[in-house]
Amino acid sequence: MTIEITFNDRTYPVHEGESVLDGLERHGVAVPSSCRNGVCQSCLMRATSGEVPASAQSGLKPTQKERGYFLACQFKPTGNVTVALPDAADQRRFTARVVEKTRLNPTVSRIRLSKPQDFQFKAGQFMRVYRDGESRSYSIASMPQQDYLELHIKVFPGGHFSSWLCQTVQVGEELTIGEATGDCFYLADNLDQPLLMIATGTGLAPLWGVVRDALAQGHRGEIHIFHGSYVRDGLYYMDEFAALAAKFPNVRYYPCVSDDPTESQALRGQADVQALKHFPKLNGWRLYLCGNPDMVNTMKRKAFLAGASLKDILADPFIVTVPRQELPEAPAA
Amino acid sequence: MSQAVNAAPKSLYDRIGGDAAVNAAVDIFYRKVLADDRINRFFEGVDMDRQAAKQKAFLTMAFGGPHNYTGADMRRGHAHLVKNGLNDSHFDAVMENLAATLTELNVPAALIAEAAKIAESTRNDVLGR
Repeated sequence: MTIEITFNDRTYPVHEGESVLDGLERHGVAVPSSCRNGVCQSCLMRATSGEVPASAQSGLKPTQKERGYFLACQFKPTGNVTVALPDAADQRRFTARVVEKTRLNPTVSRIRLSKPQDFQFKAGQFMRVYRDGESRSYSIASMPQQDYLELHIKVFPGGHFSSWLCQTVQVGEELTIGEATGDCFYLADNLDQPLLMIATGTGLAPLWGVVRDALAQGHRGEIHIFHGSYVRDGLYYMDEFAALAAKFPNVRYYPCVSDDPTESQALRGQADVQALKHFPKLNGWRLYLCGNPDMVNTMKRKAFLAGASLKDILADPFIVTVPRQELPEAPAA
Repeated sequence: MSQAVNAAPKSLYDRIGGDAAVNAAVDIFYRKVLADDRINRFFEGVDMDRQAAKQKAFLTMAFGGPHNYTGADMRRGHAHLVKNGLNDSHFDAVMENLAATLTELNVPAALIAEAAKIAESTRNDVLGR
């Protein structure tokens, strides 16, 4: 029987017992690699169709395994597979209509799009919105069973893309969006595992999806959600999270405000610092970290040192794209 | 019984527990390294998931497991750190963390000594000498 690997729309026959890495290289296809022993993860790839054996996924995060990631040097296909490099998955385009626009606070807007047919995603993943060859990534705050895609968009000073989305685009207009991607989603592999979710700003969007998805899938372990902002005006969905916590005894919600010493309704301090103060030992926990890249990276390290396994730290740092020429001019003296 | 006597001696990698043992050791070892103020500055600002994969490659090699690293790879991979002051004291600290990790995993002292010997053999390449 011939075994075929499809890569970048071309098909390559491979021998039985030959790895994806060896097979592709034999046909002159370049795949990054280093140790060739399933250790260094340089040859990380993703199967978009076909079965991937667990032996080709040793050491990967559970959410990566769920999405078909594998190490090309360890995967010896026994049937046909379609594979892609990890950063090349975003190929398809969809059209989605704006069905609702709502202000959530002075700088954050909620946009809901009609969910295109065939658009597959897991709550907490993100996707790109395209405009004239430019694009930005936005997390999806809705759940797959809902008929709309919900985005939370913060307007940055000088950020023309976010201004366009929040101010120019009208209900009824059509947007072009890409495939959903990202590893920050709920996995029902341990319904009793305690979950710690920390977000700053619109990092709350993916967590609004993940927490409801976890509850919909019957998660029984504790879920603690810390949402941080400099000032109270930067928070949003306080009532929605409070209602969720009131309904589910295993859910607790902690709004945090870092830069207003007069704040009385939220915890005073940064969300990640507050979270660690409440939960200094994180052995056995799974963490979801979303938002400001400094917070995400600092907290990743702190959570790991506090005992969380690296595989259980799911991070989604929001990289802000502001073209240089669009930064506001320094005020004239 | 005669079969057991005649069997080829198992490699250190197999005796320590293979891939599963390395996976168990990675988090413990990396956590010790990051918590160690003598050496953690060399790991600042790096992608933690990628670094963990490198730690796994190092541990696999120290456990006598499969690897393709040459002395030249070791020199190339650590040259920027040597430029930033990486020296014997830092290498010693890593060796300590390696032994402590294996002790924590209840690996017998004789096997720890074997692993330490393999890791020690990379010292001059890592330090660019």
